[in-house]
Amino acid sequence: MTGFAARRLPAVSAGDERFQLELPTNLARVGEAVEAVIDCCRVHGPLDGRARFRLRTVAAEAIANAMCYGNRNDPTRQVIVAVEVGFERIRITVTDEGDGFDPARVRDMADFTEAECHEATSGRGLFMIRRLAEQVGFNERGNAIWMTLPRH
Amino acid sequence: MSITTTQSTGGVTVATVEGQLIVANRQELKQAIQEALDGGARRFVLDFSDTAYIDSSGLGALVSINKRVREVGGELRLAALNEDLRSLFTLTKLDTLFAIAESANEALAGF
Repeated sequence: MTGFAARRLPAVSAGDERFQLELPTNLARVGEAVEAVIDCCRVHGPLDGRARFRLRTVAAEAIANAMCYGNRNDPTRQVIVAVEVGFERIRITVTDEGDGFDPARVRDMADFTEAECHEATSGRGLFMIRRLAEQVGFNERGNAIWMTLPRH
Repeated sequence: MSITTTQSTGGVTVATVEGQLIVANRQELKQAIQEALDGGARRFVLDFSDTAYIDSSGLGALVSINKRVREVGGELRLAALNEDLRSLFTLTKLDTLFAIAESANEALAGF
């Protein structure tokens, strides 16, 4: 059981199920929100362990970034998570109420030296998303990120 | 409490993280280690055998804890990371920062 229930939206086409979660900005509840996202992704059956891990990681990082950097921890602001679940693929879109950011200006951790990686106490979230998701994109304003992952 | 600390017979502080090490509880772990450091502890094993998930802020907390422990001449070892978590350490190049043992007992034996 999680504290959040996703709203099921009309399917776009057969097999493409859609859900939406409206989350208050509260970093203490990111774990619950991620469990709710995972529940949605089981609509076509269970996920294997690796797929679940990738999903948990990208969803947790995107939701935490949206609350922390997008909504600046303002509890009056919401994060909207849209989940589309096909038979083969999952697409998650996380939108915050912030001004947006330019993802091209975020230095990729792949360019960090080993020493820099060992020193950094933050800045790994987007890097992990980019490495674990199949595709990643942003809206023009930079306040929404979408990610696709295989279901298997 | 999702963080439990115990003393091994050899005087090593073993901290176990139950469930997840994430943005919601990372401060609890940092505080537990700081309190042990303040109490004179210098050798630490973080046992992840009951930990299903670590997020990027949890990884950042581990880097920060490791710095504090080293600053006072101590040593921190990690133990029992599952395969998925291990892959996150490799991905973020933290596998070369930390001594990572297969089990808490293996980590303790190395001290």
